[in-house]
Amino acid sequence: MSHVFPFQGTQLVALPSGALFWPDRNLLVVSDLHFGKSARASRFGGAQLPPYETRETLLRLEDDLTGTRARQVICLGDSFDSPEVGGALPEAELLWISRLQAGRDWTWIEGNHDPGPVGLGGTHLAQMTLGPLTFRHIATATGQGEVSGHYHPKAMLSLRGRQLSRPCFLLDQTRLILPAFGTYTGGLTTRSAPLARLMAPGAQAILTGPSPCAIPMPR
Amino acid sequence: MTPLPASLQRWFDTRGWSIHPHQQEMLKRAREPALLLIAPTGGGKTLAGFLPTLVELGEAPAPGLHTVYVSPLKALAADIKRNLRIPVEEAGLAVRIEDRTGDTSSHVKRRQRADPPHILLTTPESLALLTSYEDAARTFAGVERVVVDEIHALADSKRGDQLMLALARLSTLCPGLRRVGLSATVDDPAAIARLLARHPDPCAILTADPGPDPDISMLVTDAAPPWSGGGAAHAIPAVLEQVRRHRTTLIFHNTRAQAEIFFHNLWLANEDALPIGIHHGSLDRMQRQKVEAAMVAGQLRAIVCTGSLDLGIDWGDVDLVIQIGAPKNVKRLVQRIGRANHRYNAPSKALLVPANRFEVVECVAALDAVKAHDLDGEPRGPGPRDVLCQHILIAACAGPFDADLLYREMTSAGPYAALTRARFDDCLQFCATGGYALRAYDRWQRLLQRPDGLWQLRDPRSAARIRQNIGTIQDTDTLKVRWRGRGGAPLGEIEEGFAASLSKGDTFLIGGQIVRYEGLRDLVVEVSRDPGKKPKIATFMGTKFATSTQLSARIVAMFQQDSWPDLPGHTAQWLALQRDVSRLPEPGRLLIESFPHDGRQQLVVYGFAGRNAMQTLGLLLTKRMEEMGLAPMGFVATDYATLIWGLDAVTDPVPLFDLEALEAGLDGWLAGNAVMKRTFRASATIAGLIERNLGGQRKSGRQATMSSDILYDTLLKYDPDHLLMQITREEAMRGLVDFDRIREMAARVGSRIDHVTLDRVSPLAAPLFLEPGRVPVRGSADERLLADEVARLMEESGLAQVDAAGGR
Repeated sequence: MSHVFPFQGTQLVALPSGALFWPDRNLLVVSDLHFGKSARASRFGGAQLPPYETRETLLRLEDDLTGTRARQVICLGDSFDSPEVGGALPEAELLWISRLQAGRDWTWIEGNHDPGPVGLGGTHLAQMTLGPLTFRHIATATGQGEVSGHYHPKAMLSLRGRQLSRPCFLLDQTRLILPAFGTYTGGLTTRSAPLARLMAPGAQAILTGPSPCAIPMPR
Repeated sequence: MTPLPASLQRWFDTRGWSIHPHQQEMLKRAREPALLLIAPTGGGKTLAGFLPTLVELGEAPAPGLHTVYVSPLKALAADIKRNLRIPVEEAGLAVRIEDRTGDTSSHVKRRQRADPPHILLTTPESLALLTSYEDAARTFAGVERVVVDEIHALADSKRGDQLMLALARLSTLCPGLRRVGLSATVDDPAAIARLLARHPDPCAILTADPGPDPDISMLVTDAAPPWSGGGAAHAIPAVLEQVRRHRTTLIFHNTRAQAEIFFHNLWLANEDALPIGIHHGSLDRMQRQKVEAAMVAGQLRAIVCTGSLDLGIDWGDVDLVIQIGAPKNVKRLVQRIGRANHRYNAPSKALLVPANRFEVVECVAALDAVKAHDLDGEPRGPGPRDVLCQHILIAACAGPFDADLLYREMTSAGPYAALTRARFDDCLQFCATGGYALRAYDRWQRLLQRPDGLWQLRDPRSAARIRQNIGTIQDTDTLKVRWRGRGGAPLGEIEEGFAASLSKGDTFLIGGQIVRYEGLRDLVVEVSRDPGKKPKIATFMGTKFATSTQLSARIVAMFQQDSWPDLPGHTAQWLALQRDVSRLPEPGRLLIESFPHDGRQQLVVYGFAGRNAMQTLGLLLTKRMEEMGLAPMGFVATDYATLIWGLDAVTDPVPLFDLEALEAGLDGWLAGNAVMKRTFRASATIAGLIERNLGGQRKSGRQATMSSDILYDTLLKYDPDHLLMQITREEAMRGLVDFDRIREMAARVGSRIDHVTLDRVSPLAAPLFLEPGRVPVRGSADERLLADEVARLMEESGLAQVDAAGGR
């Protein structure tokens, strides 16, 4: 099950995983993959987290690529948890990324965690425009038709006394913010000040999960 | 007779005091490597622990640390400091006594490391931290004795395991170190002696005269207690009357929330304006200290409190202890009674105030158990390895170490005496590399082995992070509460889950006042004064107790009586009503009730198999219900019953108890359930995988919850045999019994299942709705509730019409 919605004259699809699909362009968009997050934590003397998040993220990404048969991929930034990590991923994971890239037009948008080129195949851009849509890492106050990530939005709901939290897309007339796709990524509630400021009145949250659906953005 | 220093002897003489026989015995045997003293509260236990130190230090001791005193509570350390300084100062002994706890300022702490006092009073966590510094050998040089006070309170928790590992380190630094344990009456003193002594040293057990039996009874009130509820509001006038009649009364509650509500109600009824204070662990430190000072000065007639006042604190002239709510464990009840009447050999006076009618039954059973000297306790298994991992990291903070020597040191700690080298090596590997099957980032390992064979931290920055995470207490995540405005005074803490449920304008109780929620700023809850009278109830948990299995056997026996002349009339009527509208549980049969309540379908299984078995049953039954499409949402277990709530009613519970199907679910539930995830989170935090404090900024609890669940799921999928998964299984099994108990219950019950369908809560089920420790079940119910909510929101916002229009 997916959720189809109109945005700036296009028809887009929110997938259960938190990826975005644009059928007319055969384009899959994912944000905030944070490959190598556990490696970065170890590097700075912290605890050594289970080093399986990159393969778990790749597994889910591969599922979406297979499911949508996308020929074009945009990673909306913070694909790597730090610039050094790109090349430091284990061989098997680097090969896996190359395999996914083969035969696809692949773009890495720069994020605040990975500002420079990351030493892997694909195109590196600060931002990218396709038709009415502009793809960049962090949303701007004045952007039109802007598709971004960065905030890791999640919606918190109270269901008859039970708290439920889901990563979500945020959507208003001019911008769309994607949830984080990476495995070890926390979230920022839609009630937080930066998201509440950014999103226009009447904005929607599209919940990820088994059956994505739109609700008024919880504020 | 071992002589006391002359000036101290004179000080005793001028007061007409003489030494108790057990204190004399402690002096006589002071050279033994380990000694355990069992004495009732008020028996001069603490002085018995310190007398040998005062004798050895003499009138004018040389500088240097002589005795480390460890207590379970910061407040107790502070209290001992006050009490011990009086004889020392008045006798003119040049002995320096200082405490060191989480409340001690950082410059005093630094000074103490370089220039320690003669007697250092501390807690297990502060001691562990002290051993982590590079200069630990210098700080502890020449320490002769360590005194562990109220050791029974540490013995059955990870805090005790942590303490024994820290003592093992001290014994390495000071090979002649002698250990003394002071304990209240316990059921198995030998177990505590094994814990305390350096393995394989012997540990003599001295038992003081236990004194007369306590004078303990149930406060019978004119007003009937409610069917359920924990507030004991009906007892307020009777309790006030007791406060009036006594000099100082301690009023104990099982949870902080109950203490707050009771205190609030007590003040509303306190027409004489008797000075009454409140004290619990969620209050701000300044507030607690103010109450403690007033108590010491004898300015308070009563103090409403929780476990934070539980342990041997000798405050003022307490002549009555009131316990509100059922004492969930007989041992704890007896120890609490020790608060009253600190004159040795005078019976202590205590009153039990049941908060609801089920607790009346529990209280009567507990009183019988006290009279029968039937103390209950659970045997504790070997020391858990998450604590061991933390201490390997602590050792690394102190400096490079040799693995062979560290293994030898750690196995000298009682709880770890049976630890094999292979299991130790697993822990060392975990600390060094993470211990994953996939060796991805070995170049960034946390500990590395140098060419000379010693292990050390790779990155010195790790030390600060490790020190910030020392400790084994898993408090629920809380947020600080303070008055709104610049520099608003702090009030205390509330549970984060409760804070999340507040909207601006909601009111709740803290420190006995009603406050209005204004908002959250930098993870601090800001509140303003509110004149209202009806607060929302804070859900902070306080201490969780398991009622003992012995007590539950006494209760089910009581249910079999034809009538209950020993119970107050209102409670006997209540049991009769249960028999009338439903049934009372019987041995050899299984009573199951189902009824709607609170917008959900409820199922109660009265298994009387003890909390662990009932918890296991809750996990298994909810798993079966999920498979059968009954959308269970959660459960809670007590010693007597498991309560399960969900979206659909269970019309025929018999198929749920299909043993084969239950057993088939065993592996699955073990891996995926909420209890395992909670256990994993605790163990991963102790073992240093999840960091609670990062650069002094505590992570918000919600993020920690989320990431620990993800880490758990990831490990389960990619590395199910990882050390932390092993530890989680071992730990969970301590709180969950193996399937045998369930099988036994099923065999005992056979097909004798009595299913009663009711249209409302039964008398016996009502108290279950207040039980803490509810375990959520995340399954199809979530999706169904979400679908309902989405439909509602769409309708409300008009999005449904918009969508319909868009679809045209």
